[in-house]
Amino acid sequence: MKVLELKGVEKSYRLRRFFGRGESLRVLRGVSLSLFENEVLGLVGESGCGKSTLARIALALEAPDAGEVLFLGHNFWTLARGERKRLRPKFQAVFQDPAASLNPRKKIEDLVSEPLRLQGVNRKTAREEAEKLIEMVGLSADVLPRFPHQLSGGQRQRVALARALISRPRVIVLDEPTSALDVSVQAQILTLLKDLKDQFGLSYLFISHDLPVVLFMSDRVGVMYLGEVVEIGPRDVFLNGKLHPYTELLLSSVPGRRKRKGPQTIGEPPSLLRLPPGCVFHPRCPEAVEICRKTAPELREIGPRHMVACHRR
Amino acid sequence: MQPRSDGVAAVEPRAREGVPLLRIEALGLCFIPKRYALLDKVDLEIFPGEILGLVGESGCGKSLTGLACLGLFPSGVKPFSGRVLFKGKDLLCLPEKEVRAYRGRRVALIFQEPLNALNPVFTVGYQIEEVLKLHRGLRGEAARAEAIRLLSEVRLPDPETRIRNYPHELSGGMRQRAMIAMALAGEPELLVADEPTTALDVTVQAQILDLLLELRERRGLAILFISHDLALIREVADRVAVMYAGEVVEVAGKDELFENPRHPYTEALLSARPEFGTRKLRLLPGQVPSPGKWPAGCRFAPRCRERELRCEEEHPEMRPVGPGHAVRCFRR
Repeated sequence: MKVLELKGVEKSYRLRRFFGRGESLRVLRGVSLSLFENEVLGLVGESGCGKSTLARIALALEAPDAGEVLFLGHNFWTLARGERKRLRPKFQAVFQDPAASLNPRKKIEDLVSEPLRLQGVNRKTAREEAEKLIEMVGLSADVLPRFPHQLSGGQRQRVALARALISRPRVIVLDEPTSALDVSVQAQILTLLKDLKDQFGLSYLFISHDLPVVLFMSDRVGVMYLGEVVEIGPRDVFLNGKLHPYTELLLSSVPGRRKRKGPQTIGEPPSLLRLPPGCVFHPRCPEAVEICRKTAPELREIGPRHMVACHRR
Repeated sequence: MQPRSDGVAAVEPRAREGVPLLRIEALGLCFIPKRYALLDKVDLEIFPGEILGLVGESGCGKSLTGLACLGLFPSGVKPFSGRVLFKGKDLLCLPEKEVRAYRGRRVALIFQEPLNALNPVFTVGYQIEEVLKLHRGLRGEAARAEAIRLLSEVRLPDPETRIRNYPHELSGGMRQRAMIAMALAGEPELLVADEPTTALDVTVQAQILDLLLELRERRGLAILFISHDLALIREVADRVAVMYAGEVVEVAGKDELFENPRHPYTEALLSARPEFGTRKLRLLPGQVPSPGKWPAGCRFAPRCRERELRCEEEHPEMRPVGPGHAVRCFRR
């Protein structure tokens, strides 16, 4: 079953100028993907590729300019207000920096129980539930009367998880959840995420720039480049398979996997305001040919459930 | 491809031999307002043309050690023991005027986030020329020409135009290149690189690493490469020092450290990062103790699977376990 589906999602932001309106920045260009029940879908890409905008759309924090967002089969933006409100708690988020996402003036107890209180649950039940969840994320009830600044980064991220879990969501969107953490703490949080997924029967949309971490967590992986999904497929094809040249570039740039004299990276991603014609990756692609400069490739299947947007694959 | 500047003869990276370029001896740093130690008896040596990787988690004292190489200490932090010797001269005893002549000239520093380290209201060219004027007495046309040469040495595309750009007009990778050019302007012998690629995307990170390796080859530059990422250290370093809670816990040649790690913390760090294809991570419980809360015995003991009574009571000293390999552990 598809718990979340994006169909041809487009999103642009208009830049402000001193006078009048500026150019429009096309952050997402026709993104389609689905997240199945009990699945971890990983999304990788470099900064500016639209990962976080996609997260905001997947959480219905923003409406797409075009395309559809389906939550548990419902087309979210066509629903009535009441129904939207009922659906929202089923989709939760955990962001990169828990120091920024947790209100510094609230106690952990209130931070964790707040989502339930907003749904009209009484104080006592909400408190009991918060206590239970705080233990499920590996903290002790001692932290409940404390404030976020009294906790370490790893502990704060656990609090953010407890807060997300308390409304018993179906989907959690994890946007760089371990990027601000030290490696040993990152390992703890990643393992916790896997355990919680099984316990609660969750689906994750796991967004990160860190390819080894994404491959560790995910069942399927999508690769984004300049607002497009250029490749999506089961995790195993990324370990040994024919891949999009950009994915190959990402893989070969990972420390420890770099080939000394392999095909070298060419330049940096271009600005979204000056997108190249044809395939957006062609200026950096070692395999680009004439057609790449003229026509944008479509996503097509090259293996079981493995889609690539490239003329050369 | 940018024209290669061949002003400096190519130097072979040397193995550890002869006199170290920089030697940190039993350096201890104290945080004055709270009266606790931040670094404790840190010993490190960096040889000419060598890349020494310094690795550890946040709060273990990596960056403080890096700053100490320039005789710099954040406010409130004072050395209480040890020496920082650059070619035999103790930076901690020199008058401030002499240390200032040494900073930027003999040892240069690059940071994680070049946008914070570069001055936003001056052009990149101006900031490089400032260093050239201060340390090498170059002015006017000569300084401009040298700045352009430096920018092309760090492979910044189109240096003649870029020199007139302000930092915000450059991309992250270009800014880091500009900062490296600025660091090279004083023709230093040692470059302290504190997480130089952490703020960059992986594909750009790969390019900056290649650049640093190339500069080492060409200029015989020694680099102290500080990072939290062991995989990255493995790419660039010749030798590696692992820090934990304000002290060095293991030092070894790169291959030796990765193939034969002795300290349990080094082992844990190595297996905490997901490798390609793994589905399970070995967990290290707890977190790095913050300064002022260091345990009395071995500082890693509370998180160590192999601890015994002695580890909790006695503080281990660095102990040689092989050629160039030393470890701070009773058990290994």
